[in-house]
Amino acid sequence: MALWINIKRVSRAGFVGFLRNGFVSLATVLIMTIMLFVVGAIMTTGAALESVLGQLQEKVDINVYFLSDAPEEDILTLRNAVSELPEVATVEYVTRDEALERFRERHKDDQLTLQALDELEGNPLGASLAIRAKETSQYEGIANFLENEAAVGGGTQVIEKVNYFQNKTAIDKLTDIINASERLGLIATIFLACASILIVFNTIRLAIYTTKDEISVMQLVGASDWYVQGPFVIEGALYGFAAGLLALLALYPIAFWLGPSSQAFLGSFNVLTYYANNIGWLFFTLVGTGIALGAISSFIAVRRYLQL
Amino acid sequence: MIYFDKVTKFYNGGPAALDDVTLTIEPGEFVSVVGHSGAGKSTLLKMVLAEEIPSEGTVFYESSNIANLSKRELNDLRRRIGTVFQDFRLLPTKTVYENIAFAMEAAGAAEEDIEADVPHVLDLVDLSEKMDRFPRELSGGEQQRVAIARAIVNQPDVVVADEPTGNLDPISTYEVVQILKKVNDLGTTVILTTHNKGVIDSLGRRVITMDEGRIARDDKSGRYIL
Repeated sequence: MALWINIKRVSRAGFVGFLRNGFVSLATVLIMTIMLFVVGAIMTTGAALESVLGQLQEKVDINVYFLSDAPEEDILTLRNAVSELPEVATVEYVTRDEALERFRERHKDDQLTLQALDELEGNPLGASLAIRAKETSQYEGIANFLENEAAVGGGTQVIEKVNYFQNKTAIDKLTDIINASERLGLIATIFLACASILIVFNTIRLAIYTTKDEISVMQLVGASDWYVQGPFVIEGALYGFAAGLLALLALYPIAFWLGPSSQAFLGSFNVLTYYANNIGWLFFTLVGTGIALGAISSFIAVRRYLQL
Repeated sequence: MIYFDKVTKFYNGGPAALDDVTLTIEPGEFVSVVGHSGAGKSTLLKMVLAEEIPSEGTVFYESSNIANLSKRELNDLRRRIGTVFQDFRLLPTKTVYENIAFAMEAAGAAEEDIEADVPHVLDLVDLSEKMDRFPRELSGGEQQRVAIARAIVNQPDVVVADEPTGNLDPISTYEVVQILKKVNDLGTTVILTTHNKGVIDSLGRRVITMDEGRIARDDKSGRYIL
C-alpha cells in the first residue's frame, strides 16, 4: 500500500516536472528527437541497402549445362546432390524440352534463327540446372563441388560447362561490394548510435545539473534515494516517449516525399511503403529506444548528485 | 539529545573548521550559535544533519553515532530534524503547498494527513493565502517562512536554522524569529546560527560563541558578545 502511494507520488511528480520545466523539457525533447530521427533514418537506409543487395543477389546464379545426350537419371542424381548442399538456396531443373521452348520463346521474332533450328534434326539443346546460393560468396564452393562431380562423374561425362567460371570476376566483385557495403553500414550504424547515446546522455545530464541543489534539498528533507531519483527517471522516460513520437512523425513527410524517387532509383524499394508496412516496428524501436535512453540517462545523471 | 564529543573537522587539509568541540544540547532548548564567518557555525550544523562527517571525534543523536547510520536510518534521522537555510532552498518547480507536502510525502505520510497538516503549518507561518504560488513569486521573508513551514511539518524533534535571517529585512527577520520562538514553545529544540545582534539579544536564551573552530563562550542566558 505504502509502495503504491509512493509510486503514485513519484509518477505524478515526474509528469508535473515534465510540464513545469517547459523550456528544459522542450530543448531535451528536440535534441532527442533529432537523435531518434537519425536512428529511424539509419533503419530505413539499412532496409533500402538490404533490399538493393537482395535484388542484386537474386540476379546472380550459376548454371550447369549438360551435354545433350546426358541421361536424365544422371542429371537428377546431380540435382539431388546439389540441393543437399547447405549453402544452396534453390535449384531449378530445366529439361531439354523446356530449354527448347524457352529458346523459341526468346527468339519468336527472329525468323532466321527459328528456321535454322527447324533445319536441325531433333533438339540440339542440353538440359541445365540453375543454382542459387544463399550468399554470393558461396558460389565458388558450389562451383568447385560441381567440378569434382564432373571429374569423378561415374566414368561418363555429363556436364558440358559450368558458367561460374565465365562469370567469376563479376560475381567476386559483387561479393566484395556487398560485403563492403554491409561492413560500412554496420560501422556507420554503430558510430551514429554511439554518438546519439552520448549526446542524449549529456543533454539530460545538463538538464539535471540545473537541479542539483534541489536534489540535495530533497535528501536533507529525508527523501530516500529512489524517491528523489524516481521523478527524474519518469521525466527522462517522458522525454524519450515524446521524442520517439516526434521522430516517427517527422519521418512520415520525408518518406512521403522520397517514396516515388526511391522506387525509381532503387528498383523495388519504396521508402513510403517501407514506412507504412513497418510503422509498428519503427514505433516500437524509436519510442522504446527513447524511453530506455531517457530513463537510464536520468537514472545515472541523478545518481551523481545523490551524495549526501 | 545532541552530543558532540571532541569533534574536529578538516576540509581538504586546510586548518581545522571545528577544533575539539564538545557540547551537549538538551531537548526543548533554544540554542543560538554566533561567531564570525568561518568560525565553524555552519560546519557544526552540517554535522547534526550528517551532511559532514567528523574527521575526529563523534556526534551522537540520542544514543546513535551519526557517522555510523545506514542510509535508511539517516533518512529517518533527517525526517526528525527540520532544516532552514539562509538561501531558503525551496524546490522552484513546486508550489508553496507542494514544497511543504514534499517533506511529508518523502516521509511516507498518508494523503489525509498531508491534506490536514499542510494548511495547518501554512496558517502558523501566515501564508495560507499564497499556497498555490511558486517560490519565485514570493518575497524573501515569505520564502523563508515557507522553508520553516516545511521544516516543522513533520513535527521534528529539532529545527536547525543556518542564518535564516541572513538575507532578510528587519521586519521579516522579526517574523521569522517569532515563528522559531513559537516552534520552540511548542516543545521543539531549535538550533540557530546568526550574525544578527538584535535577534540574539531579544531572545535571551543560550548562546554559544565560536571562534576559529573552538567554543569561545557558552552562556545560559547570553548576549551577543564578539
